[in-house]
Amino acid sequence: MGVISNGTTLLDAGALDSGIATGAMTLLSTVTASSSATVSFASGITSTYKEYIFKFYDVHPSADAADLTVNFRDGSSAYDATKTSSFFWAYHSEDDSDTTLNYASSNDLAQGTGVQPISSNPGYDNDQACSGTLHLFDPASTTFVKHFMAVSNSTEPGNYSINSYASGYCNVTAAIDGVQFKFESGNIDSGTFKMYGVK
Amino acid sequence: MAIISNAVTIADAGAFSASLGAMTLIKTITASNAATVSFHHGTSSVVLDSTYPIYLIKLINIHGVTDDKTFSFQGNAVGASGENETITSTYFKAGQNEAGNYTVLGYGAGSDQAQGTAYQIISEAMGNANDESGSGELILFNPASTTFVKHFMVKHQHQQHASQSYQTHVGGYFNTTAAIDNIVFKFASGNIDSGTFKLYGIKDS
Repeated sequence: MGVISNGTTLLDAGALDSGIATGAMTLLSTVTASSSATVSFASGITSTYKEYIFKFYDVHPSADAADLTVNFRDGSSAYDATKTSSFFWAYHSEDDSDTTLNYASSNDLAQGTGVQPISSNPGYDNDQACSGTLHLFDPASTTFVKHFMAVSNSTEPGNYSINSYASGYCNVTAAIDGVQFKFESGNIDSGTFKMYGVK
Repeated sequence: MAIISNAVTIADAGAFSASLGAMTLIKTITASNAATVSFHHGTSSVVLDSTYPIYLIKLINIHGVTDDKTFSFQGNAVGASGENETITSTYFKAGQNEAGNYTVLGYGAGSDQAQGTAYQIISEAMGNANDESGSGELILFNPASTTFVKHFMVKHQHQQHASQSYQTHVGGYFNTTAAIDNIVFKFASGNIDSGTFKLYGIKDS
């Protein structure tokens, strides 16, 4: 049975009518980490959406100053897609003794299959963490490489604010069907990760 | 009473079960010769608390009364006033003039803060000519947390008063474990002549 108001169909056949505005960004999945080695989005990344956005906040490491990283799955069970990327950061100490804006070559990849850092050196003091956003474009394409862009901010153990920028592409034409976050060492003590699809 | 269509529950118990989108417009403020623009939880239908874990504020065509002034923001913890929370932040910019003979990419040491309590600069030296303005967005992560500092990130684009295009990027945190429930925008001097400010909540599950 449909619901029709003033001649307009609002819903029918178990779904809102396609003419009803529902917003372009849909929350698909939430993972709350608790002493987790990894946080993986192993399903739900398909051709349904052309863009996926991952938001992470209050991500707190068990080990001090380990980078939060991402990797991508391209058909096998492993998160090891080949990537080429760039990475730069701006940082500033709370005592105002140090500022920087520069390219961080230790955090980029040139046809590497290892993890890609996306948030630098968050500390593990009780109030320290990192938060940010990762965009993954058209992961289901079997024609193009898969571009990604990440921006984050972290509280560093030496009391710095670090603003990190990582961008690159998975240099594969196979579809990307999984995304995994982890720290370079230690566990994700706590934190929330959300995956959205953009219509 | 539930609304069920084709055995699928569309709405029940006063809420939609079907997805209505994750980005919810909470409040739009259209500035008109305003000294400040403030989103304060509980005031004028503003929600800025634990309802959403992430808030997004869009700044559209912000135009100052006075030429060559910085545009900035600060916050207040719950129950506080004075917009003087402690901030540590970074600021960098890239720009080019309209003549095409000057470009810049660099850190803006005068626009960051190290445990400062001043308004955080979003953009420098904005112009006030009729066609000059700035637009961008501010993301604020989990402002209701009473455990962690509150991270924010800003990206902004504006016309500088001397006919230059600038993009600015700000990252930082309110270095407090108190919840933040108020964000305020203003120019260093002079009013906000016009501009649209939109507060969105990004839904939790």
